[in-house]
Amino acid sequence: MSTPVIGAAAAKPVANELPADYKRIYVWEFPVRLFHWVTALSIAMLCVTGFLIGHPLHAFYAAEAYQQYWFGWMRFVHFASAFVLVAVSLVRLYWAFRGNQYASWRNFIPLTGAQWKSIWELITVEVLQIKKYGRYHVGHNAMAAFSYFILFLAFLFQTVTGLALYSNMSDARLTHVFNWVVPLMGGDANVRFWHHAVLWIFVLFIIVHVYLVFYDDYVEGGGEMSAMVSGWKFKRDKRED
Amino acid sequence: MGQTIWQSMQQKGYSRREFLQFCSAAAVIAGLDKSSVGQVVSAFETQSRPAVVWMHFQECTCCSESFIRASHPTVIDVLFDVISLNYTETLMAASGFQAEKSLSDTIRDNKGKYIVLVEGSVPTAEDGVYCMIGGKSGESILQTVTADAAAVIAWGSCASNGCVQGAKPNPTSATPIHKLVDKPVINVPGCPPIADVMMGVVTHLLVLGQMPELDDIGRPKEFYGRRVHDTCYRRPNYDAGLFVEAWDDENARKGYCLYKMGCRGPVTYNACSVVKWNEGTSYPIQSGHGCIGCSEAGFWDNEPFYQHLPSFPGFGIESTADTIGATVGLVTLAGVAAHAVLTNVRKKSVIEEEHQDDQKE
Repeated sequence: MSTPVIGAAAAKPVANELPADYKRIYVWEFPVRLFHWVTALSIAMLCVTGFLIGHPLHAFYAAEAYQQYWFGWMRFVHFASAFVLVAVSLVRLYWAFRGNQYASWRNFIPLTGAQWKSIWELITVEVLQIKKYGRYHVGHNAMAAFSYFILFLAFLFQTVTGLALYSNMSDARLTHVFNWVVPLMGGDANVRFWHHAVLWIFVLFIIVHVYLVFYDDYVEGGGEMSAMVSGWKFKRDKRED
Repeated sequence: MGQTIWQSMQQKGYSRREFLQFCSAAAVIAGLDKSSVGQVVSAFETQSRPAVVWMHFQECTCCSESFIRASHPTVIDVLFDVISLNYTETLMAASGFQAEKSLSDTIRDNKGKYIVLVEGSVPTAEDGVYCMIGGKSGESILQTVTADAAAVIAWGSCASNGCVQGAKPNPTSATPIHKLVDKPVINVPGCPPIADVMMGVVTHLLVLGQMPELDDIGRPKEFYGRRVHDTCYRRPNYDAGLFVEAWDDENARKGYCLYKMGCRGPVTYNACSVVKWNEGTSYPIQSGHGCIGCSEAGFWDNEPFYQHLPSFPGFGIESTADTIGATVGLVTLAGVAAHAVLTNVRKKSVIEEEHQDDQKE
């Protein structure tokens, strides 16, 4: 019969030509991906336990003190996650000098005019959406990278204040390196206060970060989410970089 | 003046046995172990009675009140006999020019050997006009008195960190002693400090003739090395997560941890839960009230006292870091939602174009 099979004829060229349109680029190396997920997990643990340490649950009052230790465990998880975060951050710091172009420390601190220009472009195209088209970024865009740098500073602050608070209950040499912090900030109470307040930077970061990953994958279609698992991103050949 | 402590005690009718008892008690209070008693005995047999001047500046005299209530009467009796307390505004019999002469004589005759105990902070604003004694400013008196002192002890939170008059906005520029004196100062903070701790610090100086081991901010480690929280008898309740939720609840009656009622034990370095107050009777937490952290710098500014975390600076008394954080968080969420809607309106064509491109090729 001369009547064409409708579905088959239409689908065929698409299936053949689509793969040729996209370039597959290895962006996130293993240490970067490991850092990302270990950090995500430990930050989640730190935020939850940290908040509960500041505001203990109004619960578990049925048993006596010798029968339970939940607040102690809460603090243990907080301290353990903190040390994991410190360790993995040191690995990432090393990788910022050793890894590929997308992992390099140069991405994170806007020192060049091009980076600032890119930040401005992102504000107009992606945030305010005044302009329609912008550049496609394979690695971090300049604004995202800068926000990670600010987050890194928040890490640093939490690490220093956290270890300073921890040092008075520990005999470990490492923590006593931070003994100078408490007198500098005017007592344990102040250190604790700021350590708690900075917790909210992480909460805000999580909200924006998770949203933007959805946004990026939806609008740009580069495989942003799976990239942090596999390391590969997709870039259309015809798009200018 | 040249008399040794043992000689002066003999003169006052103490027996050798009483003298040795005193030496043991002094060793204990100074935080020494049993084997050091011999050292104390020989020190007291050979050392002459040290001259002491006790200065009062911006203070409420609660440190003096605390000191005279030390729980080892033998020690305090003997110490007052042993030390030569040549000048103290609140306890001395002399007054006027007589008192001033006693001070200047002590400084002249004991150059480099006398001990200065300072109670109260020194106001430096307006050339020190807020604290004048005998027509001289507190600061000039302090400089004169400490210039040739063997040791300086700052009694209480006023002298150590400014306490209430140093609280924001600190109108008189109340300044702690260690910031004005150009020599090592032993800080004994607390409002007031524990009598037995004060006793211990003085005894340490007298017995060993040297400063006790101090921490980063000049406090004797033996008394300020640990937090009230670390030695608190309610600590097991903290670790178990058992907290007082209201002053009159069942948990308060059971003696649970006062952490949620704003207890400052976890951020306060002091010996309250070990030494206790009034002859070891009790201390605030044992009496059912949280610690207010009176031995910590700036404790007046960490209000409110009955809240675990102080209010956020610049946002009024009701705003904690959490209320502000939660508000900003909600605003962020709203912003993100608005952006998502905006994206679907503004970027609709972009996304559709791309999809069409894919379909075409």
